[in-house]
Amino acid sequence: MHDKELIKELQRKALLIRKYVIDSVYRAGSGHPGGSLSIADILSCLYFHEMRHDPKNPRWPDRDRLVLSKGHAAPALYAALAMSGYFPVEELKNLRKTGHFLQGHPCMLKVPGVDMSTGSLGQGLSVGIGMAIAGKLDEKDYRVFVILGDGEMDEGQVWEAAASASHHSLDNLIAILDRNGLQIDGHTEEILNLEPMQWRWRAFGWDVIEIDGHNIEEILDALHEADKNDKPTLIMAYTIKGKGVSFMEGSLSFHGKPPSDEQYLKAMSELNQAEEELNG
Amino acid sequence: MVSAKITDKMRNLRDGYSSALIKLGYENENIVVLDADLALSTKTKRFGTIFPDRFFDCGISEANMMGMAAGLATCGKIAFASSFAVFATGRCYDQIRQSIAYPQLNVKIVATHAGISVGGDGASHQMLEDMALMRALPNMRVIAPADATEVEDVIPKIASEPGPFYVRMGRADAPVIFVRHNKFKIGKAKLLRRGSDVTIISTGTMTAEALKAYDLLKKEGIEARVIHMPTVKPIDKKAVIKAARETGLIITCEEHSVIGGLGGAVSRAMSEEPVPMRRIGVNDVFGESGDAMELVKKYGLSADNIAKNAKDMLKKKKE
Ligand SMILES: Cc1ncc(C[n+]2csc(CCOP(=O)(O)OP(=O)(O)O)c2C)c(N)n1
Ligand SMILES: [Mg+2]
Repeated sequence: MHDKELIKELQRKALLIRKYVIDSVYRAGSGHPGGSLSIADILSCLYFHEMRHDPKNPRWPDRDRLVLSKGHAAPALYAALAMSGYFPVEELKNLRKTGHFLQGHPCMLKVPGVDMSTGSLGQGLSVGIGMAIAGKLDEKDYRVFVILGDGEMDEGQVWEAAASASHHSLDNLIAILDRNGLQIDGHTEEILNLEPMQWRWRAFGWDVIEIDGHNIEEILDALHEADKNDKPTLIMAYTIKGKGVSFMEGSLSFHGKPPSDEQYLKAMSELNQAEEELNG
Repeated sequence: MVSAKITDKMRNLRDGYSSALIKLGYENENIVVLDADLALSTKTKRFGTIFPDRFFDCGISEANMMGMAAGLATCGKIAFASSFAVFATGRCYDQIRQSIAYPQLNVKIVATHAGISVGGDGASHQMLEDMALMRALPNMRVIAPADATEVEDVIPKIASEPGPFYVRMGRADAPVIFVRHNKFKIGKAKLLRRGSDVTIISTGTMTAEALKAYDLLKKEGIEARVIHMPTVKPIDKKAVIKAARETGLIITCEEHSVIGGLGGAVSRAMSEEPVPMRRIGVNDVFGESGDAMELVKKYGLSADNIAKNAKDMLKKKKE
């Protein structure tokens, strides 16, 4: 059982991430709200509870690493980083703008707190493996988190990496699969059937924990449990693309499209209302 | 001379691609189309809706898609494979090299979202080296059409010509500059303006900027020659050498790195009779997020920068 206040606080932070996602993508006039909203709760748990990191020292060698392999969800990552104190939250208004540092996809050279540049799908898990092996070589106890998309599972490199991670017994590597069931051209199983997904990962030598990716308690428990395993762990987080904004939930069209003026107001008012309800 | 002017009509090159594909689909049942979870963006989905049995959305697996296209081609199919330029070339370069170019298979790689004008997505998605990669491959031919009309001329032509091709298009709408359709000749330059003071050689949608630069220069009494070079490989060496001889100055323009694309091809073509040359393109740096038009200006890929360079070259020549 987790402290009720902690859970509430992480829910609040997740809602705030969602508001920043909507606001920054709306102001940018482009970007990916759907896949950003689906990982808001996961990022909240990671950055505001689970991860060991120091926003004043973004390159701290002992920090836990996070690779956002599904780099198009950058708006959610940037919100979590800004809220952590890596840079001022006002900067979120300049997402994707010419001459500003918040790139459309994470760029480790420009954005403090970003551990790896991503955007081309399928590459992040391999990089996470490199980080995890380095941790072992240097006898450090940091962990490496990699957030993957389910459409991203189509890429062969993910499975090369899956084999590699268990081969090297990387118990310091935790992959979180955002299982929202959608990619761009349709439902994941219609485009390329990857079921039974969890058994594929198990067959590749991973421990798999299945959770509701919007349930803070389940996320915290899974992260805790992952720590105890001696294999690499995949947390299969069942999520809803666009979670938190009614008309974006389960929507294909909001994969990579900003809200209109009217939709922006509606989305913000829904999220504000959820915040009020949470605060009771 | 080929007739060309900047018209008010804007058309997306991808619309030209999908309309040409559909027409081909009706004419030839050996046409098959593959995509990698970007069928709505590349617009191949329109073909897929009409010919579902001959359309394969491979999911986000570009390397696998290229291999599948190669296999289809070995069995007599004419395979069009599409994705964003960055994924359609760099992501699966070795599959293209080993399974398509080396065995000289009938695969047409048609990429969209090339160049810096991709805008907000940023450097990870702004492909500026695709022509360099594809040019370097034996058997591969490289074409960058200027507008949607030309795309509609290119697609049936490459379908009827055996062997691999790489066709590149951008994301943004572009002004129609060719009002009428023409039979496309692979490897042939298009002379658009006849001047003799300086030659501007451009490819892709940069040709619209080259035409605007011609107008800017003309106002100042400078007569530029404008050559549109849709086929970057094999390049029209004759046209390049003739322009070098007759005008003595060359500027190349492309929405691509200055390394290995049109600029590389032109300098190679005239390496035995070189004249002063400048390359307008992205100067060996990655792009960045921003508004497409702002980026195009910031990186000097606009008519005024072409005109400025032309004037500068003419001034230097007189000194
Ligand atoms: C290698 C590569 N191919 C294609 C793309 C274009 N793309 C961006 S997001 C996306 C769909 C991703 O789906 P998924 O992994 O399920 O992400 P989510 O649903 O969480 O947004 C595609 C195809 C890309 N970024 N990288
Ligand atoms: Mg998904």
